[in-house]
Amino acid sequence: MRRFFLVLALIMPMSAQAVEPDEILSDPILEARAREVSRQLRCVVCQNQDIDSSNAGVARDLRLLVRERLVAGDTNEDAIAFIQARYGDYVLLKPPFKPETYALWFTPPLLGLLALGIGGGILMGSRKRKKIADLSDDEEAEVARIFTSSSEGDHR
Amino acid sequence: MKRAVAIIPLVLAVIVGGFFLWGLNPNRDPSEIPSVLISQPAPSFILGPVPGLDVQGLSRENLLGNPTPVVVNVFASWCVPCRAEHAVLSALVERDGVRLFGINYKDQPVDAVNWLQNLGNPYERIGLDLSGRAGIEWGISGVPETFIVGGDGTVLYRYVGPIVGEEAVSTFRQALRQAGVLEERS
Repeated sequence: MRRFFLVLALIMPMSAQAVEPDEILSDPILEARAREVSRQLRCVVCQNQDIDSSNAGVARDLRLLVRERLVAGDTNEDAIAFIQARYGDYVLLKPPFKPETYALWFTPPLLGLLALGIGGGILMGSRKRKKIADLSDDEEAEVARIFTSSSEGDHR
Repeated sequence: MKRAVAIIPLVLAVIVGGFFLWGLNPNRDPSEIPSVLISQPAPSFILGPVPGLDVQGLSRENLLGNPTPVVVNVFASWCVPCRAEHAVLSALVERDGVRLFGINYKDQPVDAVNWLQNLGNPYERIGLDLSGRAGIEWGISGVPETFIVGGDGTVLYRYVGPIVGEEAVSTFRQALRQAGVLEERS
């Protein structure tokens, strides 16, 4: 029982929402779409928060604007493009894929490949070094000689 | 080959260090958002006048066909930094003859009227943006924000935050000079 209340206390703050009752659309499908769009748009005041969870005034205005666009018949993409035209790529929480952002998209996999290559190379190299060449015939004879001579000597 | 591998940590350290150097630069503002409006035509908006104030409203039309670039300032009476900025803008209008237009952002008309009566009105036109919709058209993230708009209605410059303090004022005056509003200092 105590655990139940603990979990409840931990979960409840997560369900706290910035969307105010007067913003919510009566059509649940449109509202769901509005929420989806809002989660993809960055609040320009708080910057690392989506407008869906932000309490900033501008975020509220943008939420209302998104809903207005959707009610007017825009697709989700249209609504996002409308905001993007005014605030730039910066409002998109997921950066678009285009020449300016190639570095952003390609650097992590390239660095990963580089790291794998270096790591793999070093591992391969160390494995090769551990392989010891077999003894030559002369060395075998020498070893045999040492063994026989030591067994003949006195044992301490 | 072994030597080349040994150099990799140094190369990585230099690259990462370079990013740190860039990130720690005190002049870099990480919250700065590039404006999409620069070099674009001013957004379309039509704002009525502030009731109780004998100043005309502001719309996109007023920004077209001006002989010189003009300054558009987004302000509100509830915005404390705007109060400090007001003196700077007033000085630009009175001493340098800058043409200043205002967007009164999400303000109660009564408060705006009181504010302007107390401090004086440097604005040639003031549009009342009660809903904040024109603010969105301009892509603002808060108040105050100040734009320089060319005579043909092209947005030339955007300043986010109050133009207060020596550095901010000189930055803005530099932008005004580049726009051709102020005389180049010889």
